[in-house]
Amino acid sequence: MSAVSDISGAASTPASRRRPAIARKMARRGFLFVAPAVLLLLAIYAIPVLVLAGFSVTDYQLGALSTRFIGIDNFTAAFSDQVFMRAMKNTVIYALIVIPLGVGLGLGVALLVHGRKRSRGFWEAAYFLPVTATLVAMATVWQFLLHPSIGPVNAAIKWMGFEPVSFLSNPALLIPTMAMIGVWQVLGFNMVLFLAGLTAIPKDLYEAARLDGAKSPIDRFFTVTWPMLGPTTLFVVVTTSISAFKVFETVAVLTKGRFGSEVLLFSLYLEGFEYSNTGYAAALTLIFLAIILVLSIGQTVHLDRKVHY
Amino acid sequence: MSSKSLEISGIGKGFGADDVLKNIDLSVRPGEFLSLVGMSGCGKSTLLRVIAGLERPDRGRVMIGGTDVTDMDPSDRNLAMVFQSYALYPHMSVRQNIATPLRMRNLSLAARLPLVGRMSAPADRLKDIDRQVVQAAETLQIAHLLDRKPGQLSGGQRQRVALARALVRQPAAFLMDEPLSNLDAKLRAHMRDELAALHRRLGATFVYVTHDQVEAMTMSNRIALMCEGRIEQLGTPEDLYERPASLTVARFIGSPSINLLPVEISANGAISVFGRSLGIGTSAARAGTVATLGIRAEDLQPDADGLPVRVERTEMHGADRFIHASLVADSSVHLTLRQASGEPLAVGDGGMIAVSFRPDRAHLFGADGLRLATPAARELVA
Repeated sequence: MSAVSDISGAASTPASRRRPAIARKMARRGFLFVAPAVLLLLAIYAIPVLVLAGFSVTDYQLGALSTRFIGIDNFTAAFSDQVFMRAMKNTVIYALIVIPLGVGLGLGVALLVHGRKRSRGFWEAAYFLPVTATLVAMATVWQFLLHPSIGPVNAAIKWMGFEPVSFLSNPALLIPTMAMIGVWQVLGFNMVLFLAGLTAIPKDLYEAARLDGAKSPIDRFFTVTWPMLGPTTLFVVVTTSISAFKVFETVAVLTKGRFGSEVLLFSLYLEGFEYSNTGYAAALTLIFLAIILVLSIGQTVHLDRKVHY
Repeated sequence: MSSKSLEISGIGKGFGADDVLKNIDLSVRPGEFLSLVGMSGCGKSTLLRVIAGLERPDRGRVMIGGTDVTDMDPSDRNLAMVFQSYALYPHMSVRQNIATPLRMRNLSLAARLPLVGRMSAPADRLKDIDRQVVQAAETLQIAHLLDRKPGQLSGGQRQRVALARALVRQPAAFLMDEPLSNLDAKLRAHMRDELAALHRRLGATFVYVTHDQVEAMTMSNRIALMCEGRIEQLGTPEDLYERPASLTVARFIGSPSINLLPVEISANGAISVFGRSLGIGTSAARAGTVATLGIRAEDLQPDADGLPVRVERTEMHGADRFIHASLVADSSVHLTLRQASGEPLAVGDGGMIAVSFRPDRAHLFGADGLRLATPAARELVA
């Protein structure tokens, strides 16, 4: 609005005096139109985060009559809390297994399924099934499958002449086992995203690559498929990372955090809902949010530079 | 440049129940510019894709420079192709796009891999590739665009990049699939000239697919006109224009389209239109059959003793004017005359004139659409 009066210069003429008035009226109307959206955004996203931030600097316990401001004590407590640090470490290990395997295998399966013509529908449905199934229900199936004495997985291991493996009670194997279930869970979703990306690649490019001498599938993959899938891969990596850091159901159902198998969300759940330490849980939630935010923004900025053409 | 011949013999190809190519024989001479033209769906693009190796024929052989390549992978055929969509790699710079065919052929698989490749590629070979890329870019006047991405280029510039990528490695032949159809009219005319000049300079074998008869007529040494999976006629542009082998060819070639008159053949072979003898004849054996007479627009001229027609509208085309008219005897038969604009206009729209033509400029086609000889040529009598 100031630009308008700057340009008109001679502020004394009636026309230029009227114009800011009209512009102000238009601006008011504009605010009126965006107001519902802004209010909703504030109510649903901004205010809860602010309330959370408020809780995180208090020692509030759910239902407590008095509470007091304790500054960053919750945060310093979190970083010296052995359980929370173990949860953090477990979550990072879990994510380091789930992200590369979930993305890599998702792409591999998508490439295989993309080449099928008649059986494509079957494979898509089969790989997508774990996405639609509730993980809580499926975790009990996994519990049976991996059971040391009655599970078929250990039966097969014993049949091959090895000692049975206690996947869900050996502390060293717990996180990797749950990570494999996590991979199994995200695989179908990633495959569908990659399939959509593969379908969008123009056939001309593959034909041009073949005439250009790209005889081996490896050449065609690196000349056409991989670069053209860039935007899809970025999206898949970000969503997989977020869902890896949000691991909860498998831990809650299979181990309930025993044998040192806590993860971020599970310890958060314990503090907030089992022990009613609302203030402390709020601090943990903020830490969790910060990790997710840094990861997503970091990946987007870093990969964005490579995938856009 | 090592230009090679192309030999195609007995090619047949079907998709499902449809036969797209029916027993095609075609031989392209080394250094020749041969166009495949026809309506969409006539099989011209499929034939090109069979030559490229992108489509496997059900029957027949493809030979390049005397070598049977029917069972070879496209990458081993040493052919370059320019696609209608240009098919440039959008993530690569122009330089990388043009270098791709050279990298694929001159570098080992390990050296082509991303990241690791950069370390293992021999420096002198990379330098050699870059030199050839710059040379190809200079040939097509796109040297200043080498570091841009295809997304930053105009349609005409992308076209040039696609051409540079094709000619950078001196292939046995160039295959072009409607390369100009995505350009605007003016640029298309300009690129036509450039392509023809490029062909003359390189002396390479070109197989050019188009649905635009003007492109085919202006650039080609020879044209193969295709229809329903067959080659209707193979010949020079003059052959196709002056001696069309069938009604299909006559209709397809030439703008405005050829005038067609339904004619009767009487017992002695004389040809008449709506009961009016045209003074030309054909073999008496055809007596009683229906036939079609084709006359080019420029071969019709006003003549007081000719066929009476009613002028419907006059179209100005700069140097020429087209006069659209219909026969008085049957107004469903339309004729187009082409006149130099300088000539005085006989009548305005709605007026009547009479037209005639030199009998030796008329083309007679039988009921089966094939060209018939017109031996008894006499002057047209009214």
